[in-house]
Amino acid sequence: MLQSFLQNILNALQWGSFYSLIALGYCLVYGVLLLINFAHGDIFMVGAYLAFFVSMVLLGKYGAIAGLPGWMVLSLAVPLTMILTAVVGVTLERIAYRPLRRKGVNRLYVVITALMCGLILENGNLALLGASRKSFPTLIPIQVFDFHGIIVTNLKLMVIGVAILSFLLLHFIVTRTKMGMAMRAISYDRFAVPLMGIPADTVIVFTFVLGSGFAGLAGLFFAMTYPVIDPYMGALIGWKAFIAAVVGGIGSIAGAFAGGFLLGFVEIMVVAFFPSTYRDLIAFSILLLILSIRPTGLFGVARRTKI
Amino acid sequence: MKRSWLIALFCVLGLAAPALAADTIKLGFNIPLTGDIPDVGESSKNAAEMLKKKINDAGGLRVGDKSYMLEFVYEDNESKAESALSATRKLITQDNVLGMVGPQSSKQAVPAAEAANELKTPMMAPWSTNPNTTKARPFVFRGCFLDTFQGPTAAKFASEEFKAKKAAVLYDIASDYPKGLAEDFKTAFEKINGPGSVVAFETFTTKDVDFSAQLTNIAKSGAEVLFVPQYYNEVPLIVQQAKSLGFNKPVLGSDSWGSGDLMGLCGDTCKGFFFVTHYAAAGAKGKTKEFIDAYTTQYKKTPDDVAALTWDSANLMLAAVQSMGALSGDMAKDREGLMKAMAGIKKFEGITGDMSYPATGDHDPIKCAVVVKIDDAGKFAFYKSVCP
Repeated sequence: MLQSFLQNILNALQWGSFYSLIALGYCLVYGVLLLINFAHGDIFMVGAYLAFFVSMVLLGKYGAIAGLPGWMVLSLAVPLTMILTAVVGVTLERIAYRPLRRKGVNRLYVVITALMCGLILENGNLALLGASRKSFPTLIPIQVFDFHGIIVTNLKLMVIGVAILSFLLLHFIVTRTKMGMAMRAISYDRFAVPLMGIPADTVIVFTFVLGSGFAGLAGLFFAMTYPVIDPYMGALIGWKAFIAAVVGGIGSIAGAFAGGFLLGFVEIMVVAFFPSTYRDLIAFSILLLILSIRPTGLFGVARRTKI
Repeated sequence: MKRSWLIALFCVLGLAAPALAADTIKLGFNIPLTGDIPDVGESSKNAAEMLKKKINDAGGLRVGDKSYMLEFVYEDNESKAESALSATRKLITQDNVLGMVGPQSSKQAVPAAEAANELKTPMMAPWSTNPNTTKARPFVFRGCFLDTFQGPTAAKFASEEFKAKKAAVLYDIASDYPKGLAEDFKTAFEKINGPGSVVAFETFTTKDVDFSAQLTNIAKSGAEVLFVPQYYNEVPLIVQQAKSLGFNKPVLGSDSWGSGDLMGLCGDTCKGFFFVTHYAAAGAKGKTKEFIDAYTTQYKKTPDDVAALTWDSANLMLAAVQSMGALSGDMAKDREGLMKAMAGIKKFEGITGDMSYPATGDHDPIKCAVVVKIDDAGKFAFYKSVCP
């Protein structure tokens, strides 16, 4: 019983890592622009596909270069996927969100635009690459370790480690760097910031680079853990990560991180001890309860500055 | 001036259309070209196109003393129950098909069969093994064996081959096919090994990708074999996660494993596992081999069971059309006539084996099942045949 419980905690940490990584992206964009970037789940999907193509090219499957060993492919795929996904995120900002922001329209329209962008990414992928699933290549051999009946793989440890490191890095950027200070300044007062000589657009682009980059990172590790990828993989997990970010207190980086793990933990534990049909019912009832007690989320505070 | 030309053209076309339609037989295909299992739709379409080309190139289908060209209408059901329903209605009421082949998986076939039966149009479900598809629906026929046969076959195989006394099942509770089959397996296995011998009966919901909690329970339950009646896109995830949670016992599958790109997605992880299915492509003989060779030259891949069953189902429907003697042109009358002709076929030699239909009751064929082993080359090799 204890063994199962500890095993499921490990399972939950792995599953929660993905929610957390995606929730961090929601949180950054919301924090700076007060915009819920509903396309974020699909940017995560694009990240998984980019990771797929990057890995295939580096493994020499397309014949562009001679194949590299798996560990080297992985260490190159991490920065490449993050950069390419960031390019997609920034492109969306450039063609969809910025023109609307320039016109000074209500945020509601931008949110709807974001939803639309997500659908375009999904269906664009479907049209370009077809409906067939793709199998993500094995980059590193999976080693199974057994500690007194508690089983863990190197990949699982890596995923959890990556999530924690990403959180620490983002926390550092937002609280300790000049760019982070500018991000917080924009979230405090978007209209006064340009008057102080801070290039608001650059800061916003930087935010999208960070958010999308980490969605790409999540996509890469998600595809390694669950190696069957399809165009709709980002939709549901994106929604759930968004809810996790809200429960954590959207805008708070620690909140998004904690919210992701909380949701992962509840989902896994419900499945472990109840029939799986109860999973979303119980998980979201608990989250609803948390929100009705603390409407701003676990780490959220009711004030105008976010992040 | 221009407009009047157009109107004249439309009039001519309008007059010509029924004249053309008189010499064609239209069949509808209700298949998943997108959605969760697009490879299933592709296989069905490939087999259908091959059949259409074969018959049309030979001058059409002879019915009585008249030749009819075949026209196939493909409607995408997106692998969803509600889309399968609307596709059925569209095929029957708008496209005016004589009969419908598909849907393939039970999740879509069960609701579509109800609509087809209500609209009095013959339907042939090539790959749907859930008993409800044909139950008390005279217009609905099936091209494969039933889960009530497949489940016990798998249970018996697990007990005999692996000497398993305890089994675990992991299935999608939100889909008709896995749910029905999982229950049939459980009943049969407990009948052989005693109550409670299915030590873990775990569920998940469509589109889930993480099964770690369920597989943790299964690994701790002491099961000696895991039965996974799931589709090719879920099997690789389940099998791989089971291994990374320390479950190294055999995994047994059902006929849904054989379709689509299982080995492309699963790779080495699935090698050595067994599944129950309709036919084995490796080592086939006679008509089956002819079909496999023709399909392989045309589409550059081995036909899966869906392609073979679609071929058989469409052929059976066309054989029934031929046995009608003549088509009247009145759709309602012809559909009724086709249903009676199909019900009149008591034995049909298909490439997936002989199909004999019982004289009374639902239109379910009595067919043998094949147990296939995924060999080291990743091929589905014939292992043994199990007949009712």
